[in-house]
Amino acid sequence: MSLLKVTNLTKKFGKFTALDGVNLELNAGEVLGFIGPNGAGKSTTIRVLLGILKATDGEVKIFSKDAWQDAVDIHKRVAYVPGDVNLWPNLTGGEVIDLFIKLNGAANKAKREELIDKFDLDPSKKCRTYSKGNRQKVALVAAFSSDADLFILDEPTSGLDPLMEKVFQECVMDVKKQGKSVLLSSHILSEVEKLCDRVSIIRQGKIIESGTLSELRHLTRTQMLVDTKLPITGLNELKGIHDIQESKHGMTFQVDTTQMDDVIKHISSFGIIRLESAPPTLEDLFMRHYEGEKDTGGVR
Amino acid sequence: MAGNHLAKTAFLSKFIFRLDRLRIPLWVLSLTFFTIIVPSSFKGLYSSQQERDAMAQTMANPAMTAMTGPADLSNYTIGVMTAHQMLLMTAAVTGLMSILLVTRHTRADEEDGRLELLRSLPVGRLSYLNASLFTVSAACIGLALINGFGLYALGIESMDLEGSLLYGAALGASGLFFAGVTAVFAQASDSSRGTIGYSIAVLLISYLFRAITDISNESLSWLSPLAWVTKAEVYDSNNWWPIVLMIAAAMVLFAAANYLNAIRDLDRGFLPSRPGKQYASRFLQSPIGLALRLQRTGIISWAIGMFVLGASYGSVLGDLESFFSDNEAMKQLLKPTEGVTLVEQFIPMLMIVISLMATIPPVMAMNKLRGEEKKERIVYLLSRAVSRSKLLGSYFVISVINGFLMLSLAALGLWSAGDAVVEGGLSFGMIFGAALSYYPAMLVMISMAVFLIGFLPKFTGFIWLYVLYSFIVLYLGGLFQFSDWIGSLSPFGHVPQAPIEEFSIIPLLLLCLAAGVLAAAGFIGFHRRDIE
Repeated sequence: MSLLKVTNLTKKFGKFTALDGVNLELNAGEVLGFIGPNGAGKSTTIRVLLGILKATDGEVKIFSKDAWQDAVDIHKRVAYVPGDVNLWPNLTGGEVIDLFIKLNGAANKAKREELIDKFDLDPSKKCRTYSKGNRQKVALVAAFSSDADLFILDEPTSGLDPLMEKVFQECVMDVKKQGKSVLLSSHILSEVEKLCDRVSIIRQGKIIESGTLSELRHLTRTQMLVDTKLPITGLNELKGIHDIQESKHGMTFQVDTTQMDDVIKHISSFGIIRLESAPPTLEDLFMRHYEGEKDTGGVR
Repeated sequence: MAGNHLAKTAFLSKFIFRLDRLRIPLWVLSLTFFTIIVPSSFKGLYSSQQERDAMAQTMANPAMTAMTGPADLSNYTIGVMTAHQMLLMTAAVTGLMSILLVTRHTRADEEDGRLELLRSLPVGRLSYLNASLFTVSAACIGLALINGFGLYALGIESMDLEGSLLYGAALGASGLFFAGVTAVFAQASDSSRGTIGYSIAVLLISYLFRAITDISNESLSWLSPLAWVTKAEVYDSNNWWPIVLMIAAAMVLFAAANYLNAIRDLDRGFLPSRPGKQYASRFLQSPIGLALRLQRTGIISWAIGMFVLGASYGSVLGDLESFFSDNEAMKQLLKPTEGVTLVEQFIPMLMIVISLMATIPPVMAMNKLRGEEKKERIVYLLSRAVSRSKLLGSYFVISVINGFLMLSLAALGLWSAGDAVVEGGLSFGMIFGAALSYYPAMLVMISMAVFLIGFLPKFTGFIWLYVLYSFIVLYLGGLFQFSDWIGSLSPFGHVPQAPIEEFSIIPLLLLCLAAGVLAAAGFIGFHRRDIE
């Protein structure tokens, strides 16, 4: 069942088109990665989802309700964490957490204490004294203590240290286990890779790629390192081989995932000593899309 | 070694001057403007010694002494009059200037991490503190000289060169003294809010302590540094010693600040910062509770301010007759009517000023919502189960109650002080009624702010122009003799001027209706628009 469905969403600010026909879908119990470069429209999309900006065109449904019209109803089951957390300087972290939890509706006191402890946050300090990471922890503790069904997280870990990022990842896994859904906008691709079932990539207000990680990988290349008894010949003639380089450990090259079978058959005839392969990272994917679009001259 | 601690101080001083190249001249020029304009207008208003003696009589009551300090009322020349009525207030404002400027370049820069960046460069440990003190000292010295020579240049007989220079020096010395106080608190407190708070507390306590002791025991008031300004008896006996004492005290404070700075770590203070609450109180956990909490300090300070404003107007009511008997300008400002006492005639004019002043805090309370929006903090509320109506409604309710409170407190202050000094007493009902008749007009202003927030959020600040327009047109309207329609463009122009005019409820009801329509439109607009 789709919890969140965005169909053909367009948002214009005056003449500037920030979002141009965006489609998104998030099912129950799923974690959707939402990635894209700065200014691509991630935060604008999220603000439309939250009913803070009004869509110029298109349909945005959350829990089968309209994101603008029924914002308050929807928000009873939504927890949101912004990337840039700007808190009231003269309230303490604990006060802000309680306020947020209360405004969300259902509160879970035990969970609050547990999370404050896990995130190693001092709730008795004024927000003015918190660093960026600590302010983010306040928002994260409030979000994960709430009893929401949908978590909308907009670059929530940009200020956290690796240890705290791990705590964050555990929190996401936890809510996923409970059958809740997460929309995770992020720059940290390893995080998206680890947590997300599906990924949507946005660029200049348009979704340019959408699918499960394996689906997206299918479109990409695998990095290979091969050392053989006899020198490999005829690699160049094979289809789907790129970027061949010789090193003292052997040959490295990239293979289109679809041509893998032919390539392995070919090189195995030279007597394999060592074979290493690395799956394409999301980063490769990401870079290919952005760089590819940037220099459309076709260097690749 | 000392040279090392102060390395690049001169360079940093220039740097701070550059940063504040508008701020400092603006402070100095506006303080000078008010200093210069007053004796010139006194000269026009009270040209004869007889008129000045009448004024002196008005001033001869404890309430006025508490406000402006003592003076030789038997020798009430223009010079003495200026020093008596202006010097203490201006000195307090100069103190405020120093507090804000010094905090900006000590604890505030430290708190925001800018000092850390500077300290990583080859500058001395104490350089930035001293550069900041040097800059403010230069501003104070400049202020002293410009005011001193400026007052002398007016060429008023009773304002000789020595007195004028002493007047300027008193201002400059107050600035230096409070720069010293702030520099010490910038070391003691670990936040810029704390630094400003403690320093202003010292300023207020000095003022209040002086007010109390000036009435009860004048020699005790030597304990308050602000009292030293009045002890100089400018344009009278021209006593330089209190000012020398003030400068010496400032130097001691400068040295103390340097010492404290040298023995502490960056980002630390000496006063313990209390740990805050771990949990939010039940009260805080709602949009309206949060809005109130954010405005708490502001509301309390304005409430005190409005009461004091009312009380200070009330305290002059007793001597109105002597005050106005020979004053042509004031007679024009008031519209003389048969069969009403002078006090009753004066009340409507006071009420316009009071109600317009009382409009400022509720409008600020309303615009606070827009401020929160600009800081992207209302997103936290709207992304939770809080509707836009509830959010806007919370601020609106606070603003409406705030306005009522401010108006009532000012009326209460006016009545309690006036009742004590007016022969035969004042009717509380009359004062309170006159004040409350302005409440509908105030509601229109608040609703106008709601309307702007809803429909034209980028122009929220325009409401202040409307408030200013109302003030100019209605307060000075009598003097400039504007035509009626200019006044009727402001909601305050439609209020019947009780007790001199016939009271009528209809314009008030219409004002309430206008307020209702504007507010409703604002709510609709806020519902429809994008949030920043």
